[in-house]
Parts: sequence; structure tokens; C-alpha cells
Amino acid sequence: MDSFSLLLDGFVSALTLTNLFYAALGVLLGTAVGVLPGIGPAMTVALLLPVTYNVAPSSALIMFAGIYYGGMYGGSTTSILLNTPGESSSVITALEGNKMAKGGRAAQALATAAIGSFVAGSIGTALLVFLAPPVADLVVELGAPSYFALMLFALLAVTAVLGRSRLRGFIALFLGLAIGLVGTQTGQPRLTFGNPLLADGIDIVVVAVAIFAVGEALWVAAHLRRRPLEVIPVGVPWMSRSDWRRSWKPWLRGTALGFPFGALPAGGAEMPTLLSYIGERKLTKHPEEFGRGAIEGVAGPEAANNASAAGTLVPLLAIGLPTTATAAVILAAMQGYGIQPGPALFDNEPDLVWTLLASLFIANALLLALNLPMAPLWAKLLRTPRPYLYAGILFFASLGAYSVNFQWFDLLLLLAFGLLGLLMRRFGIPVLPLIIGVILGPALEYQLAQALAISDGDISTLWSEPVAVLVYVVILAAGLVLGVRSLRHARGPAASDDQSDREQVSS
Amino acid sequence: MTILVAYSADEYGRVALDYGASEASRTGERLVVVNVTRGDALVDTRYAGSADAQAVRDRLAALPGDAEFIQAMSQDVAEEVLSIAAAQDPRILVVGIRRRTPVGKLIMGSVAQRLILDAHCPVLAVKPDAAE
Repeated sequence: MDSFSLLLDGFVSALTLTNLFYAALGVLLGTAVGVLPGIGPAMTVALLLPVTYNVAPSSALIMFAGIYYGGMYGGSTTSILLNTPGESSSVITALEGNKMAKGGRAAQALATAAIGSFVAGSIGTALLVFLAPPVADLVVELGAPSYFALMLFALLAVTAVLGRSRLRGFIALFLGLAIGLVGTQTGQPRLTFGNPLLADGIDIVVVAVAIFAVGEALWVAAHLRRRPLEVIPVGVPWMSRSDWRRSWKPWLRGTALGFPFGALPAGGAEMPTLLSYIGERKLTKHPEEFGRGAIEGVAGPEAANNASAAGTLVPLLAIGLPTTATAAVILAAMQGYGIQPGPALFDNEPDLVWTLLASLFIANALLLALNLPMAPLWAKLLRTPRPYLYAGILFFASLGAYSVNFQWFDLLLLLAFGLLGLLMRRFGIPVLPLIIGVILGPALEYQLAQALAISDGDISTLWSEPVAVLVYVVILAAGLVLGVRSLRHARGPAASDDQSDREQVSS
Repeated sequence: MTILVAYSADEYGRVALDYGASEASRTGERLVVVNVTRGDALVDTRYAGSADAQAVRDRLAALPGDAEFIQAMSQDVAEEVLSIAAAQDPRILVVGIRRRTPVGKLIMGSVAQRLILDAHCPVLAVKPDAAE
């Protein structure tokens, strides 16, 4: 296997002191922000984008991947001990996990979550190693029309499938596409309002930091004082033999669900975690325990969310398509380095890719070592007063936005988009489609222009490639299914959208 | 008259409550227990959770005299306790105090110190045995 020797080379460079340091830093940060509700890996990576100016690409990406994986671990701790999901992929974990904790089995819930995450993360990363290169080889054959179709599909899927309200999803998407239009990259000025400072477009760092960090900080400032929640005290996580027996199958099933969902352009961790939970409830030998703290209901979804994190790296690395907010910001970081993710990545930057992949295994092992014995310590983070926390976040947000161009104008933009972020949270508009729109919008336009340039303006070129046709068929079919279902829903009792708007926005 | 206890869900609050409760059952006075949080952190271990609050209420119910348990949220914990003290006009205010390191004095403001200095009624400072 060629991949295998390349991976071994990757391990050699991932195990250097510098890269190990960044991996450790990444998983520590990732776990910390995962534990804290409202602060997710996407915000953290966005805040850290300026470090890319000084740090080598492989080190920075190793750190970002560590944050991404770490966020998945940290989120489960908060879900289980506090019944408040640390981030969106842990929403399902809270269902059974918190019940287990209330029943005095917090240690076992944390253990099955951490070990399940490790198992799923390792299997997922191994799948990623062996899947991404062949996918890249397939994708490299594709022309601009197919790329255009794939990006269109990713935009629509992220918008329509994930959110609870499609209207809100599309509002966010079009906002993002509009922000992506600003600039003169196409030769004519668009949405620059005659301002030369807007001519280069709006830097993605400013948008991401504003939407994730400033928006969240303003939102929290508007809800500063809340009755404290009750945290369940816990010792060091451990599991009995029967817990192991009941956990290993859900771990594997969760992995099997999570990875493909992550790898699809309609990725994300919400769907597979939910499906895993439903599946485990059907398959369990202890149905009476579900709703009162069944270990299967923690093991499955926790494995699924880590496997999907590994899965999202397949389209990100092999096609250049981000499907989660964190992946989108990591893509922005890669673009900042002038690295174009996509099929050529494996040929152009083999050292970088394989070092990154190897470091994912290392990050996963580090996370298990960190989370298993230190869960009670992480829970202490929840006592941090919000003013201190968000003062720090705003400081780094401003610093990050200013360091992009050293222009005061970027701070103004930061504030404006921060207000937009606050309004989006207020009205339950999801953040993910906006970020994906900002990042993929210009790429989508570039592919379209490319395709039309090659065909001399003949629009039929858009469906001249089999892959493109296939993607359009899938889009149409999915649109039909969704349309029919929403018609049927419209006749039935109206589902309430507003209940968990809050969960939608924190990613 | 009234005895006011500044309560926190730790050993310092507990020793203050112990003293206030024994004093109230000796004199038959009204006992008011206040527990305040700033509410700006996700978790505040000094704010009584549902189990702890129930334990306090049970204890108050067992007293011979009138008793009340007030839980509140305020930007400034000491200010809130002082304003309740002004409204209740108690005979004494009981508060648990702790030793603070120089670093602790730098980063934490002491609620107990402000109560002792600013309350208009006599303040009784009590200490847990272990903290000697």
C-alpha cells in the first residue's frame, strides 16, 4: 500500500517536537472550548487564523485539526455533567448522558464517551487515510462544470438539510454569498460602494471572527446574568465489564453512521448522532433504561460525532469542499497559506497532507489521555465568569481582525458583521450557511466563469459532464423529496421551529 | 427581631447557617437566609442548587420561629445582601469568613469584608473549625 508508507513518513514529521507541541496545544484548546457552551471549535479556529502569518502551514493545520477533534470530546463532558450541550454535535449525548450522570453514573458516561470518541476517531482517521487519495484521484478528472455542480450541491445541502427552518437557512446562505461578492476580483467593482478599502473584498478572517466571536460575545452580553446551572460532581471516569460489553457495538455502529455522513457534502454531526441514538434505542437489550440513562445512548452518538469529524476531512482535503463551520474556517486558513485544497493537494503538498493525517492519530490518542483522567478538571472551566471569558475573546477578535491588513476599516467591518451575528442569533438564523457561502461563493463563481470561458459562453457546457448531470439529478431528487415532505407537513400539525433556535446557531 | 444569615453553599455558608439556626431556635427570633449569585458563570458552586436549597428549607421549617430563604441574582453580591439587610432591619447579620492569600486578595473582592464594613447592623463573623 503506497498510502501506508506515505503515512509512516507523515508520522516521522508529525512526531517532531514542534508539531507535537502544536498537536498538544490544539487538543487542549479544543477540549477547553468544547466544554464551554457557545464557544466552539469554529470560533476558536477563526480567532487563531492570524497565527497562520507566523506559523508553518503544517503546524497550524495540525493545531486546527486538534481543536476540531478536541471540541468533539469536550462537548460531551458538558452535555453529560450539565445537560447543556457544549456544542451542536453533543446535543444528542445530553439525552441519555445527563440521565446517567443524575443516576450516579457520570463516570461511566464520560468514560464511554471518551473511549468511544477515541475508537471512532481512530477508525475514522484510518478510513480517511485510505479513502481521501482515491477520491482525489477521481476528482482530479473532473472539469469546471462538475466542480460547479458539486459546490452548488454542497451549498444547497448545507442550507436545506441541516437547519430546522429552510427559509432561515437560505437567508443565511444569500447573506454569505452577498458578502462573498464584495470586491473587484472579476474586473468590475461589485458592492464596493466606491470605497477603495473594499476593492480587495472582505477578508474571510474578519467575517469569520465577527460572526463567530463578536456575534456570540454580543449575544452573551445581552443575556449576561442567568441562574447558574447545577453541575454533577464526578470522579475519574471508569467502566465496568458490563459497560464495555454494552458499549463496543454502539461505538462501531456510531462510527459506521458518522463517517459517511461526515464525508458527504451534506455533512455535519447532527444527523448521524440523531440516527445513531434512534438506532441504539431500537437495538438495545435494555429498552427500559432508555430515557433513564442508557449507556448505549451515549456510546453511539459520541462515536458518531467523532467519526463524522474525520469524515468531513475527506471532502475538505480531496475536493476542497467544507461541510461544517470548522471545516470552512480551516479551508480559509489553507487559502491564507496559498494552499488550494482539492485533488491536486495530495500531489503538490504530500508532506503537508500526510503529516496532518498522521497527527490526527496522535491528537486522538492525546485526547483520550487528556480526557479520561482530567474530566473533573475540565468541568471546573464552567465556573469561569462570562465577563472574563468574553473580554478575552473580544480582545483576540479585534487583534485578529486588525492584523489582517492593519487597517482601522477592518475593525469597523468586524463590528458591523458582529452586529449581524448578534441579529442572526436573535432570529435563529444559522451561521453555517453564511460562512460556507462566503467561502464557496467566489470559488463557485470562478468555476462557472472557467466553464463558460472554455465553452465560449455556451451554457450547455454546465451539463456536459456525467458527474455534473448526476449531481443535478441528485439535487432535483432531494428537492422533490423535501418539497413533498414539507407539503405533507403543511397539512399536518405545524412543527414548532422556534424551540431550539439556540442550538442551531452555536457550532 | 430578625437574624439574617448570608449563606453560600460551602463550609463558610454552612457554619454561618449553623450559628444563625441555633441562635434562632434559642431566642425564637425570625431567621432570614439569603443566598446570592452574580449569575455570570455557567456554574456557581456557592449558589445553592435544588438539593442544597431543599436541605436549607427543611432546616428552616424545623425551627420554632418564622423563617425565610431568599435566593437572588445580582451584579454585586454584597450590595444585594446589604439591601436585603436594610429592608429586614435584623438584630444581627451572620457571615462566614475565610482566610485569603495575598494573591486571593488581589483577584477576588471579599463579600464578607464589605458586609462587615458596610452593614448598618451588628455583624457576627463565624469561622469553620477546619479553617483554623
